[in-house]
Amino acid sequence: MATMKYWQAVQLALKEELARDPSVCVLGEDVGRAGGAFGATAGLLGAFGAERVRDTPICEAGIVGVAVGAAMAGLRPVAEVMFMDFLGLAMDQLVNQAAKLRHMSAGRIGVPMVVRTICGAGRQTGPQHGQSFEAWLGHVPGLKVVWGSTPADARGLLKAAIRDADPVVVIESLSLWGQSGDVPEGDGVVPIGRAAVRRAGRDVTVVAYGSAVHRALAAARTLEGEGIEAEVLDLRTLNPLDEDGVLESLHRTRRLVVVHDAVGPCGTGAEIAALAAGKGYRDLDAPVVRVTAPFTLVPFVPALEQLYFPQAERIADAVRSVVRARRSEGRS
Amino acid sequence: MRHARETLLGLYATMVRIREFELCAARLLAANRLPGFLHTSVGQEACAAGVCAALRREDRITTTHRGHGHCIAKGADLGRMMAELFGRRTGYAKGRAGSMHVSDPDCGILNANAIVGGGLPMAVGAAYAARLQGGEAVTVAFFGDGAVAEGTFHESLTMAALWALPVVFVCENNLYAEMSHISLHMKDPDVHHRAPAYGLPGRAVDGNDAVAVYEAASAVVERARAGGGPTLLECKTYRWRGHFEGDPQRYRAREEVAEWMERDPIRRLRAALIDGAAATEGDLDRRRQEILAQIEAAVAFAESSPEPTAEDLLSDVTAAGTS
Repeated sequence: MATMKYWQAVQLALKEELARDPSVCVLGEDVGRAGGAFGATAGLLGAFGAERVRDTPICEAGIVGVAVGAAMAGLRPVAEVMFMDFLGLAMDQLVNQAAKLRHMSAGRIGVPMVVRTICGAGRQTGPQHGQSFEAWLGHVPGLKVVWGSTPADARGLLKAAIRDADPVVVIESLSLWGQSGDVPEGDGVVPIGRAAVRRAGRDVTVVAYGSAVHRALAAARTLEGEGIEAEVLDLRTLNPLDEDGVLESLHRTRRLVVVHDAVGPCGTGAEIAALAAGKGYRDLDAPVVRVTAPFTLVPFVPALEQLYFPQAERIADAVRSVVRARRSEGRS
Repeated sequence: MRHARETLLGLYATMVRIREFELCAARLLAANRLPGFLHTSVGQEACAAGVCAALRREDRITTTHRGHGHCIAKGADLGRMMAELFGRRTGYAKGRAGSMHVSDPDCGILNANAIVGGGLPMAVGAAYAARLQGGEAVTVAFFGDGAVAEGTFHESLTMAALWALPVVFVCENNLYAEMSHISLHMKDPDVHHRAPAYGLPGRAVDGNDAVAVYEAASAVVERARAGGGPTLLECKTYRWRGHFEGDPQRYRAREEVAEWMERDPIRRLRAALIDGAAATEGDLDRRRQEILAQIEAAVAFAESSPEPTAEDLLSDVTAAGTS
């Protein structure tokens, strides 16, 4: 077991996979000589050379498109799109190409590629560097989407993504960049598609992912003092969703709160709520509550940012409301 | 330049195969026997035949919505192609994706793409992979003049030149971006003029002359194979039929089409073969009859193939669901 920061865990995963498999390569803006905009690719150029650690121009569609073609031709490229907001420029290659080629080739051509991208939420990055677009990605058949909230998961999910036979978008949280955590010895691969219980509790399930997990945990600690035991479930993978993990937790707690930094409409929270309202219907003792960003732009100034992204107190309030609620209320 | 008789006859046969396949598909569509859209490349066959004759089987291509010709020239199976047009389970995408989507890794067809400009960065990526893997494969990106305005054209040429990759960008300039004449979408209609600005050579060739295309393509493909880097090869040609089958073509004069039909690439090579005593009328007629029989067999194969099932709808979305 080693303790390291989130970004160092990302760097370790890239280093380990580049060393393990000669078909792995890394490409993106500033990934080589500059060592990555935030340091995650530092040292890779020297260790693996300029062909496998490929500095690119600023051309997101091209970067992702090159990764698609390289993957079709037998490599396992890890393309970096510096901020999730920039995915807009690369969506055709990701959605119309990478995600569809297996089906359109009758299963004969796979696209084993990774797009690493950073969510800048919570770091005063503003309207075009702080958005959370995971719902766009989770809406596409053929794309997998993961988001680690700890150094161990940042490493383990990235490694799983690189080894996966399908295109995977790996989202990383800039607000967790300097956060330390234990990273296991050995391979440390975290399977795609499995949520993790971060804190066990019997009264309510709080589903979160990315940096919101930590605010959900802070809320749970506050609530503990009030006699409310909240279970915090870290989704880790947004597509394919760990339906069993969510339903199992809901079955135990019978109440559900979903937290994310993305806006609410058509978001992941709606998907989880639909799961609860469908397959989990008999387990629900209270309405599902979503705690999301308001349906407006991401602000830059810290005071508004605090209002925008769900903070622990807002999450705690939501939990209190569902714990108080009774399903039978208002019914005869 | 003198060429082996087999090479010239091969170019002729490939062009006839493309022409007859597409005309057959157009007839089937008009008779409501095919679902969906159909975009033909009738008139442009010399580009596909000439470029692909310069390629090896392991070389790769990406193509477009108007890609039947490239796929046929690169070695795609006519039966599986026709089955895809019919929406049958034996088609290249199990009958699920249609005419615009052909992938055949066995003969280097990465994919045909229904997104204009979508295949260019992929070709750059495949070329990048080929070099990293230490192979000799060259990748060709086929696209039309309409794709030149897409950002992926700019991004792909930028990267390919910067990294000196073994890729050839083949622009079939047929004077129309879908339904808009080139004067409406391009200030300088010579696409190859753009190449030097990216740091790669640009060449133009008569895209209705299969031998000229073959010669130009051979030179730039071998240059790429030898590590000399990418080239932008512009084939000047013309699309005889509409953007799609059924296109009323109100945007151009019949006289313009008729004038270009006078420059039929197949008739041109046929005359050259006979003049040069490489073949007789009878030889070429027999070759055409053989091809017509192959196409008839492809249609019969397609029509006798089963339709895709409900399971096929859900399969091959991810590796775990690949049958």
